Amino acid sequence: MEDAVYMMPNPATPNQCVVIDPELCKGCNSCIEACRTDVLVPNLEKGEPPIVLYPEECWFCGCCVGNCPVPGAIRMDFPLNQRVGWKRKATGEYFRIGMKNPPPPNERPPIG
Amino acid sequence: MVVDDKIYGGKEMSEPIYAQFKKWPYPVNYGKENEISADVLIIGGGIAGCHAALNATKKGAKVAVVEKATVLRSGAGGDGVDHWHLACTNPASRITPEEMVGVLKSTFSDYGYGEFGNGITAYISCQESYPALLDIEKMGIKVRDVDDLFVGASFRDEKTKLLFAYDYDNRFCIRVQAANVKPALQKELKRLGVGIYDRIIVTSLLTEGGKPGNRVVGAMGVNMHTGEFYIFRAKATIVSTSKPNGLWVFSTELKGSAALQEPNLSAESFAMLWNAGVELTMMEASGTRMQTGGFSHFMYSTGNSHNTWFACTLVDANGKEIPWVDRNGKILKTVEERYHCAPGQRAFVYDGPRFIPDLPERIARGEFKLPLYADLPSMPEHERRAIWGLMVGNEGKTRIPIYLTFQKWGFDPDKDMLQATVQPPDLYTWGAWWKGYGPRQYRGLMGGGPVFDWDLKTNLEGLYAAGSTLACGANHSGSATTGRYAGRKAARYASTAREPVIDRKQVDKEKARVYAPVSRKDGMGWKELKAGLTRIMQDYCGEYKNEEVLQMGLRWLSSIGESEIASAGARNPHELGRTLEAMAQATVSEVIIQACLARKASSKTLDFKRLDYPQMDPPEWNKFITIRQENGKVKTGELPLNFWILPPNAPTYEENYRKHCEL
Repeated sequence: MEDAVYMMPNPATPNQCVVIDPELCKGCNSCIEACRTDVLVPNLEKGEPPIVLYPEECWFCGCCVGNCPVPGAIRMDFPLNQRVGWKRKATGEYFRIGMKNPPPPNERPPIG
Repeated sequence: MVVDDKIYGGKEMSEPIYAQFKKWPYPVNYGKENEISADVLIIGGGIAGCHAALNATKKGAKVAVVEKATVLRSGAGGDGVDHWHLACTNPASRITPEEMVGVLKSTFSDYGYGEFGNGITAYISCQESYPALLDIEKMGIKVRDVDDLFVGASFRDEKTKLLFAYDYDNRFCIRVQAANVKPALQKELKRLGVGIYDRIIVTSLLTEGGKPGNRVVGAMGVNMHTGEFYIFRAKATIVSTSKPNGLWVFSTELKGSAALQEPNLSAESFAMLWNAGVELTMMEASGTRMQTGGFSHFMYSTGNSHNTWFACTLVDANGKEIPWVDRNGKILKTVEERYHCAPGQRAFVYDGPRFIPDLPERIARGEFKLPLYADLPSMPEHERRAIWGLMVGNEGKTRIPIYLTFQKWGFDPDKDMLQATVQPPDLYTWGAWWKGYGPRQYRGLMGGGPVFDWDLKTNLEGLYAAGSTLACGANHSGSATTGRYAGRKAARYASTAREPVIDRKQVDKEKARVYAPVSRKDGMGWKELKAGLTRIMQDYCGEYKNEEVLQMGLRWLSSIGESEIASAGARNPHELGRTLEAMAQATVSEVIIQACLARKASSKTLDFKRLDYPQMDPPEWNKFITIRQENGKVKTGELPLNFWILPPNAPTYEENYRKHCEL
């Protein structure tokens, strides 16, 4: 089936500041409660995931992610122009956020 | 136009494009009045505002906090803090408040002590930083190594379990685990019955009789979700909003609002101070923001060895280590030596151990090859865990954006070296955070704010200030301490103050002003307005100034004020709030240019270059320039440097503090 195609304004440059997984999101709006700039607003349909309305106003503080009760329902990555890499000292391998086939996650929690 | 399809760019409900065709999600009632009465009104519910609210409440005052974002997580400290400065009265400290102020004075300049404020705020911090830390500990925040993760570390005091940063000789800066300090503060405010009013942009102070210069009796604002109008009537008011940001720089395209400092730090609070007749100072001082503007990387997200990353080993592309020296230029051989004073040095904040001063030249010669890397794996276990686990795990905007995000992608501090940004060799100087760089016209206000006395009171009756709103500013613990102090002072004043009376004409006039943009849906939008205003500052109030250029800036601002701003439009309450910020930005830009006109001398200390007065720092200009509005006219004045220990103040810090501190 063909998708409908519309005239659209261009997306803002950092346009995926936060990405919500509609399968996991319960629509509780806790992320909205923690957002300082209205990046997220409630969905008009109750229980549905919030709408990412103003992604270009995101400060990338991550408070929305921290306030979400469902792990993985909302995630935040840096914009593509904000990623430096790191070098594994022993092997010289070079890694970065967003790479294909990244090394396994490091699960050690922060202190506190 | 109706769009039924929820799919855009392959992602359901994740694009703004789709949302713009939907109804605004909050009920809108432009102009509907809500009236709130309090003994103490606090404008800005960040770190300073929360501590002010707690302390005013403890003194018996009925308190209301009004916040543009949400007290739960607002402000520069909303996402946490990892090091707590100037805790000179902690049991393991080896420096007194008096000595510490002396160290700050010799480290910084007579105009101010950088993030530590001025003589008044720095001394208050030295006295109350540790008590403020104990306050948040009572709310459940870990401020010491209760889990015994750092037993045996040289920065741990075994008796108190406090962990120290930077200067291990003097032990006044404490490493804390406070990523969640803001939710804890909000909970405590609620427990104490403080009235919290979120999502309201305060646009104007209320004064007796509606006249500038009179006693302040509250404030007015607009809810950015509902558009409703709020009138706060209060016996005393504390402004704790921080300083305007984004006056020279505006772009959300580079990295969102992260191009700026905390994105809600806009101009309306300083505009309302100005309009009410508050005396401001240091408004002429601006500095380059080359390493913090939109072109740079996020703070703490790149390899460096400053601040939260102090004192991480850096190596070049071949693994060759960059040597460290002490303040006197002596090469330091061990990591441990980087945390101690040089011979003859009493204590240090930023002028302690550092990289070799000729690092830029050595990089240019090819002695060190780019890129450089922060070599966490080579750091001693305790220091590595303190930098990456404790400090990057708790500092503002680090736990989720950096610690958890990098680790999700596999970063392991035991194995991996984080790259430093590649930049011109001359930018690899000590003190810069090496995050990339932008154009030199990216500047920011340096230290400007209301003049205040040992009561943290402004020149207006009933109006106090706290946190980085204050002239010269404050860091996290400085905001907590000035907040608690201003909270006590305002509550004390309110306990005997007469009933506040609001002038209805002032309310009606403000309502007409703030709602005008919603009737003009096709007017210029807030983003173009803000961007246009920053161009005025870049062109006419940039690095080099003279009378003609500054006057040209005023002419432009006045012209934009009667044209584009007078026809600005807003299509919902959020846009209205941002438009009101833009309108205030024009006001504050004008104040800055007026202050620049008033300082008829160049100053190296203030990064202030007048082409028509080229002599640097002529002695007769070593003073604060003050500026305020009186009867619609700009009135300038002056204050001597170190005024805080000159008559009519007492000659010592301690005497002034004891006399005013309300303890």
